[in-house]
Amino acid sequence: MANGSGRPLSPHLQIYKFEWTMALSITHRITGVGLAVGTLLLTWWLVAAAAGPDAFARAQKFIGSGIGLLLMFGWTWALFYHLANGIRHLVWDAGYSFELKNAEKGAYIVAGASLGLTILAWIVGLAVW
Amino acid sequence: MVEFNLPANSKVGVGKTINAANGAKRAKTFKIYRWSPEDGQNPRVDTYIVDLDKFGPMILDAIIYIKNNIDSTLTFRRSCREGICGSCAMNIDGTNTLACLKAIEDVKGDVKIYPLPHMPVVKDLVPDLKHIYAQLASIKPWLQTQSPAPSRERLQSPEDRAKLDGLYECILCFCCSTSCPSYWWNGDRYLGPSILLQAYRWIVDSRDEMTGERLDNLEDPFRLYRCHTIMNCTKACPKGLNPAKAIAEIKKLMVVRR
Repeated sequence: MANGSGRPLSPHLQIYKFEWTMALSITHRITGVGLAVGTLLLTWWLVAAAAGPDAFARAQKFIGSGIGLLLMFGWTWALFYHLANGIRHLVWDAGYSFELKNAEKGAYIVAGASLGLTILAWIVGLAVW
Repeated sequence: MVEFNLPANSKVGVGKTINAANGAKRAKTFKIYRWSPEDGQNPRVDTYIVDLDKFGPMILDAIIYIKNNIDSTLTFRRSCREGICGSCAMNIDGTNTLACLKAIEDVKGDVKIYPLPHMPVVKDLVPDLKHIYAQLASIKPWLQTQSPAPSRERLQSPEDRAKLDGLYECILCFCCSTSCPSYWWNGDRYLGPSILLQAYRWIVDSRDEMTGERLDNLEDPFRLYRCHTIMNCTKACPKGLNPAKAIAEIKKLMVVRR
């Protein structure tokens, strides 16, 4: 930020200790953007299903490919992370869990829950597939 | 606006090293941010190696020792040396705190000291607080009343007085505001945790009669709602206060009054 005074700006991100709560916050934003992009894939899949068997087969083939599965795995995690952290924000908006200990506990729960739910979803998904 | 990199005139270089710890049993290295408005150069980090047996246990003791005995040009603010004036707020070992309350032994390895983050630097560890003081003035941090003044004090029940606990203790050191990434990126319009905690201190005061106007003033996408509950503020506060909670209470009041 130029301050017009010729004064230097003191270092910020470069020197600030990275905290758990900080990491979760930025991850919430990144997963939100990721999910918005993922919606495009979902739309493509639905449009393909409406367009006919050939188009649908093409979409299915991409999603079933290595890179498609990797993307899907990433989006599954992003979805569960954003969901879990969204609930954490809901608790905060209700005025609870601001004590440092609880805020950090919440961070661990969100990280754990997002991983656990992702793996669970994939176990169920692959079993059905 | 989000700008991750420092502007060209703010990039930090390597400065001089002074070893003043010859024969010391307990030597410690202090790496301190330096910038002078007079030499036209970029900021740099100077290294001072000192003998811990020559001064007291706190970071403030160390930098006073360096100024008095090694390098008199080192510039910083300090006054009370007991955590009540808020002058010696700076970034020590990666987090914002008061130099007088931070023990040297709590820092593992070299002690890195910078001014409060993302602020214009006046000199060395002294940030320019003009803008944040203007933001403080904007929330009118004093008792505002409309009813005629009573013949004695405006009374407050013990329960209403208890609502100010955790708020009135703020010493305006700005450790919290300058730890907040939202304040880094949007500090021109976002009020930041310290000012919002002050705002809440007056909103929740039972004697204040301008609560509605105070909330009106904060009902703004930037002034209040740039808080994303990152919690750096609460982590940094050297007085153990909870600005994040105070901001959440303001947000709740905004919903309740609709």
